[in-house]
Amino acid sequence: MRNKLTEMGKKQLAFYFDSSSCSGCKTCQVACKDKHDSGEGILWRRVYEAAGGDWVKDGNAWVPNVYSYYISMACNHCVEPLCLYSCPNNAIVKNDDGIVLIEKDRCMGCRYCEWNCPYGALQFDKSQGVMTKCTFCDDYLAEGKKPSCITACPMRVLDIGELEELEKEHGKSNEIFPMPRAHYTQPAIVVKPHRDARMAENVEMKIDNLEEIKNEQ
Amino acid sequence: MRLSAFFSGGLLASGSLLGCLQGEEGKGQIVSVNDDGSVIIRAGCPSHNCGGRCVLKLHVRDGEIVRIETDDRPTDDISDPQLRACIRGRSYRRRQYHPDRLKYPMKRVGERGEGKFERISWDEALEILASRLKRVKEKYGNSAILVPYGTGSYNQTNGRQTAARLMNLFGGSLGFYNSYSWACISRATPYVYGTSVTGNQRQDWINSRYIIMWGWNPAEMRDGTNSEFFIKKARENGARVICIDPRMSMSAVSLADEWIPIRPGTDTALMSAMAYVIISEDLHDKDFINRCCIGFDKSQMPDGLEEEESYIDYIFGTKDGVPKTPGWAEEITGIPARTIIRIGREYGSIKPAMLYQGYGMQRRAYGEQPVLGGCVLAAITGNVGISGGWASGIALQVADGGPLWNVFPTGRNPVREMIPVFLWTEAVLRGKEMGPEDGVVGGDRLQNNIKLIWCVASNILINQHSDVNRSAEILKDENLVEFIAFQDQFMTPSGRFADLVLPVCTQFEVWGLQDGWKYGDEVIINPKIYDPPNEAKSDYRICAELSEKLGLKDEFTQGRDEREWIEWAVNHFRNTRFPEIPSLDQLHEKNRGVYSVPVEKPKVALSDFRDDPENNPLNTPTGKIEIFSRQLYDMDKPDVIPPVPKYIQEWESPFGEESKRFPLQAVGHHYMPRVHSIHDQIDWLEEAFPQRVFINPLDASDRGIKNGDQVRVYNERGEMVIPCRVTAKIMPGVVNIPQGAWWTPDEEGVDRRGCVNVLTSHKWTPLAFGNAQHTIMCQVEKA
Repeated sequence: MRNKLTEMGKKQLAFYFDSSSCSGCKTCQVACKDKHDSGEGILWRRVYEAAGGDWVKDGNAWVPNVYSYYISMACNHCVEPLCLYSCPNNAIVKNDDGIVLIEKDRCMGCRYCEWNCPYGALQFDKSQGVMTKCTFCDDYLAEGKKPSCITACPMRVLDIGELEELEKEHGKSNEIFPMPRAHYTQPAIVVKPHRDARMAENVEMKIDNLEEIKNEQ
Repeated sequence: MRLSAFFSGGLLASGSLLGCLQGEEGKGQIVSVNDDGSVIIRAGCPSHNCGGRCVLKLHVRDGEIVRIETDDRPTDDISDPQLRACIRGRSYRRRQYHPDRLKYPMKRVGERGEGKFERISWDEALEILASRLKRVKEKYGNSAILVPYGTGSYNQTNGRQTAARLMNLFGGSLGFYNSYSWACISRATPYVYGTSVTGNQRQDWINSRYIIMWGWNPAEMRDGTNSEFFIKKARENGARVICIDPRMSMSAVSLADEWIPIRPGTDTALMSAMAYVIISEDLHDKDFINRCCIGFDKSQMPDGLEEEESYIDYIFGTKDGVPKTPGWAEEITGIPARTIIRIGREYGSIKPAMLYQGYGMQRRAYGEQPVLGGCVLAAITGNVGISGGWASGIALQVADGGPLWNVFPTGRNPVREMIPVFLWTEAVLRGKEMGPEDGVVGGDRLQNNIKLIWCVASNILINQHSDVNRSAEILKDENLVEFIAFQDQFMTPSGRFADLVLPVCTQFEVWGLQDGWKYGDEVIINPKIYDPPNEAKSDYRICAELSEKLGLKDEFTQGRDEREWIEWAVNHFRNTRFPEIPSLDQLHEKNRGVYSVPVEKPKVALSDFRDDPENNPLNTPTGKIEIFSRQLYDMDKPDVIPPVPKYIQEWESPFGEESKRFPLQAVGHHYMPRVHSIHDQIDWLEEAFPQRVFINPLDASDRGIKNGDQVRVYNERGEMVIPCRVTAKIMPGVVNIPQGAWWTPDEEGVDRRGCVNVLTSHKWTPLAFGNAQHTIMCQVEKA
């Protein structure tokens, strides 16, 4: 099954995200909520605020040793989608564009996929009793438009493309903190890192805004 | 999706979208229709006074907005970029369909401030308001009436300007000048430059090599749609960008190469020390100073004042014995001297450079000083009047001062006396005693105390004015203000103190129009999408109906409905800033939501003056850039209004006695999810950006506070209990309570929502009589 899904030559759409200029304004998050009418607590796209470091008193002065950047993330429509593999009812599919989708009428709401996704992309909708996730705005793609989050961005730091093309242009960059190691699922995303992202190796970085991103349901 | 031309005459003031689809009138509008039957209408956003002017692409089905996208014009060039709405505009459905929208007129039934009301008819409501206006006019005179400052609605047909027009026809109301946003920067800038038009067009920013975002956070407050995007472009073009701010703001993270935290209220100390570095290292632009400035040194002092303290005297401590060295400034600002030396050298040597002043630092005690100080730094480095430079100050856009904002004609106010806007509570308590010493202009004394307040599109009565608990006590007393009418879309904290409540429609329910915000050469159109729900009406409609009861209908309406006033406004723009703007019918037909003028060759402010200062003098007394101002000298208050910009320790300060009880400085920054107090009730926005107090880990651990804890924030004026965010992204010694949260007192009077104004002081600044709402000392403890 795994080989069939990822056979060579198949299209793999991917997100591009320029973290170096992301302001964390979350317009993408709300554009997504508005388009998909996802309820409170459901964040198909969400923005992680990474922060770390400390302050040093130097005489009368305060020296900041503080680092921060934002990671806007939806579903990464992984090349190896663990969510799909874990679904006991085959309710998750990967389409010809490489987009990972949930077939709602097959979903039992068991939430196994939620446990398996290392990105928190799969989110339970209590009112419907099913899992939900980013669809890459496949309806917009069919109309020749880009996903809602992309065209929303006031800083123009989001885009889409073919994974291979994006990696050719920007290099492979898909495990910026707080993203997990990429080898588990091979996420279809290319992140241009903020300069502070390299500090994650030297200082303890944490997600500063956990309360803003957890799926409440 | 298919594209069709529909007949849209129904989008007249009295019409609705249904009318549009039925094609009642025969005017064509190009609308596309989605497969689900929804149609696309493009509309300007917002009708509030946020820092943006954007475009929303509304999907409308069966009379309901079912989706909101943004500007989708095919080109996104820097000369005329897309006006992409932010999280506030994109959340607007949650505001539009919020269950708490005011539905009917109401009158007070409990004690004033208790918030108890009962429904009444529109006729009764307007009869009450008309009779109270007449009674106060008869008993006291028109100057006892106040239509307070407020920018909650801002699109010509919604907003306080409609009531101001009616009151002016009725005999006037107490005038005011200045604003809560820009009091010091608008007042102080002309002392240096003789004008407020000191800003280049934004497209020129990409020519800058060095940009200081000084207390400026365009990524969050926008300061003109796309300002953040222009800085991003400037940086891509090679500019080095630094951000000076007590908070590691969204702009510091996303736009700056370096963040320099500064102790709030000490900006002029840093500016002075940068000047010390620049001058002592001979980096100042001597030719420019000689040709274009006065007051720099002894050789440039005004006649008869040669022995007074010049700018260089102050910087080197010639008179006061205190050289303003980086070491001196380190103690005050908390910035290491070596950093001050470095940025002084950078700003003094990298050309051209731009020092952009945010507005937060001028909403402080002595907020005039950093405005003057920034202007002087720009002048002594010769960054005035050149491409890629920036004169600093309020920086309205060249050549014409930029957007006009409200053009709806309010007429002349027959009451000539005006107060500084921030002193309205003083005019309630002691108006008749107020004169020039309180900033009153237009007369020696006020004729009255304020006796009637008609509050339209404003939350200034409680939430946005300083010292909420004080304001609440003043307003509760019916012997002071005898009648309060409140006209808005939601029951805000100000509304709770009303005697009469009038429900207003939103930006999608009335025709409206706005031009850019400070920058931006565009006009955005708010077409009326459908009729207001329940009994809400536009501010204009309410005033028109009231004008009938006051016998002023013809004069007030001039026979126009809301759409016809917007036609009037379009014509006004054609006669002023936009000679090529099409008619409203044509704009409507195109359905783009915006008319814009691409800026291919950005203009540069003050360049004529720079090129030939003798023949193109400034509008200052000397015609030059006044580093030393004789006008300020003549005010004879050198301790608080010095003639050259100086650092003055604030009246509440970490260096004062008060810091023993209240050791933390508090600021209330403009928060991403709100436009001032607007949008505070919107779930999607609260989910994205909850209200809380931000505190440094060092201050938190001293107090046993952990991230997420409920904490008590207090000083002698008030207290709140709200959750905290413990984050290294704010300087030690400083806490931030984002401004605009709705005051929600419990039985003990403790605010449970986090309205920063329970902590702020109503003391005003010395020159501008402006609000100093960020000068606060407080204490925080675990609740």
